[in-house]
Amino acid sequence: MKGVSLEIRDGEFVAIMGQNGAGKTTLVKNFNGLLKPAKGQVLVDGVSTKAVSVAKLARTVGFVFQNPDHQLFSETVEEEIAFALRNFGFDASAIEKRVTWAVNLLDLVDYRKTSPFMLSGGERKRVALASVLAWDPKVVILDEPTIGQDHRQKENLRQFIVQLNEQGKTVVVVTHDVEFVAECNPRVILMREGKILADGEAKKILTDTALALAASIVPPQISQIFQGLSFLGLPSDVIDVSEAKNLLVDRFKELRS
Amino acid sequence: MRDTAATLILPVIEISGLTYSYPGANKPSLRDVSLTVEKGEFAILTGPSGCGKTTLCRCFNGLIPHFYAGELKGDLKVAGLSVNERSTGEMAKHVGLVFQNPENQLFALSVEKDVAFGLENLGMPREQMRERVNWALKMTEIEDLRERAPHELSGGQQQRVAIASVLAMQPEIIVFDEPTSFLDPLGAQRIFEVISHLNKQLGITVILVEHRLDLAAKYASHVIIMDEGKIVLNGAPKEIFNSERAWLLGVGIPKAVRLWRLLKEAGVDLKGLPVSSEEAIQYLKEVLQR
Repeated sequence: MKGVSLEIRDGEFVAIMGQNGAGKTTLVKNFNGLLKPAKGQVLVDGVSTKAVSVAKLARTVGFVFQNPDHQLFSETVEEEIAFALRNFGFDASAIEKRVTWAVNLLDLVDYRKTSPFMLSGGERKRVALASVLAWDPKVVILDEPTIGQDHRQKENLRQFIVQLNEQGKTVVVVTHDVEFVAECNPRVILMREGKILADGEAKKILTDTALALAASIVPPQISQIFQGLSFLGLPSDVIDVSEAKNLLVDRFKELRS
Repeated sequence: MRDTAATLILPVIEISGLTYSYPGANKPSLRDVSLTVEKGEFAILTGPSGCGKTTLCRCFNGLIPHFYAGELKGDLKVAGLSVNERSTGEMAKHVGLVFQNPENQLFALSVEKDVAFGLENLGMPREQMRERVNWALKMTEIEDLRERAPHELSGGQQQRVAIASVLAMQPEIIVFDEPTSFLDPLGAQRIFEVISHLNKQLGITVILVEHRLDLAAKYASHVIIMDEGKIVLNGAPKEIFNSERAWLLGVGIPKAVRLWRLLKEAGVDLKGLPVSSEEAIQYLKEVLQR
């Protein structure tokens, strides 16, 4: 990190994108005190991360790691989810309720009694997510949540994140998945070499070819198509497939008349 | 003896009636799978999470049944060898496997040593080994990481090292299990291009497990879709993306294909079906420029 200044508001939905090694994960590890700045400060809810323990911060800022194997260790999925709840002092009936809620939410009902290590990569990822969401943190950080997820799970995850965000949670997603970001349409922060390269609406950032190249991003497929057609007078800042359809339908109508 | 023409269309993977259960599992992970893959194919293997893709890949190089044990039924021939009767060490000369998570694959103290490891096991002469390692590092664009420790690298860099160590063996078949998951989009695109190059130039048969068909479909000759331990669809990408079943299964149909379908529903029925943005641009230019 080199002189990064950034403010994320309560209830915002932010995607952090950029090259491998750009510092995305390092940045978000500062958000829950896993890493503390050598210079400067990180305030969570107005309190410096240097002033509180990671254990205390975790109640507010839930972190779902990129690699679920860094997070999972219990013998069954339900124990895994219950572990943090026990640490936070929830009583047995609340734990049972939250575990049931979380396995339902992430489609893990059949695996309650299964060892997380018998599950596929995508399933383990969902267990890690379930175990964090179960304690209902105010801020949820997801490091590469779509890796290993199939299309339907990704769509569920998207709806789910949008829903969490609508309920007032602050959501920070670190991701390489441009198509996923195009569908979510969050605020995008582009990073490169430990610095913030750009910060703005997904629609603006993901369709800026020069910026994308500098951050090792490939624009989403719809954006690529519209950039290839911009010489026809069509807008070039399109990332959404429905918007793309409407623009083309209008163009075909004009051509016919 | 077969002549050259016959050799070219020789199947490199022949599976029939394959059923497999992991030890202690209450239901099979693979059910009556039959599949033929011909030499030089570039097949994307996709389907819902837990459908058996990774399990099937583990059969290709004998990890199943030799390492994972469990109950295997049916015939399984890869590179002309009956997997059941060959050791994983022997299969490794013919089938390379790049795992989902590169950390599971890397262990040496330097990138160079990791890439050389498989070759050392084959007893390759030092000079030839050096050349192979250099070539593999170059193909994956990590020559500058040669002396670095794999565990200190970023996830994306590690995945490149894992791919390089398999490439170095120059196997006939390489199975990639979501090899670009940890790479940034530009890095992912470059890796897909490397894989495509190996497929086209060297004739290496590629099996690519991938959900993000937006990125990968344009390189593929075949798309194979699995569901609940079975192969449910197998064909050319366009054929698969046109099939109602693929849509119902909820696989990651590329956005360009989705756009075509939305346009059709809105009364704009365009010819062809693009599997990449380049194709979509070309088709749209033709009709919009008239």
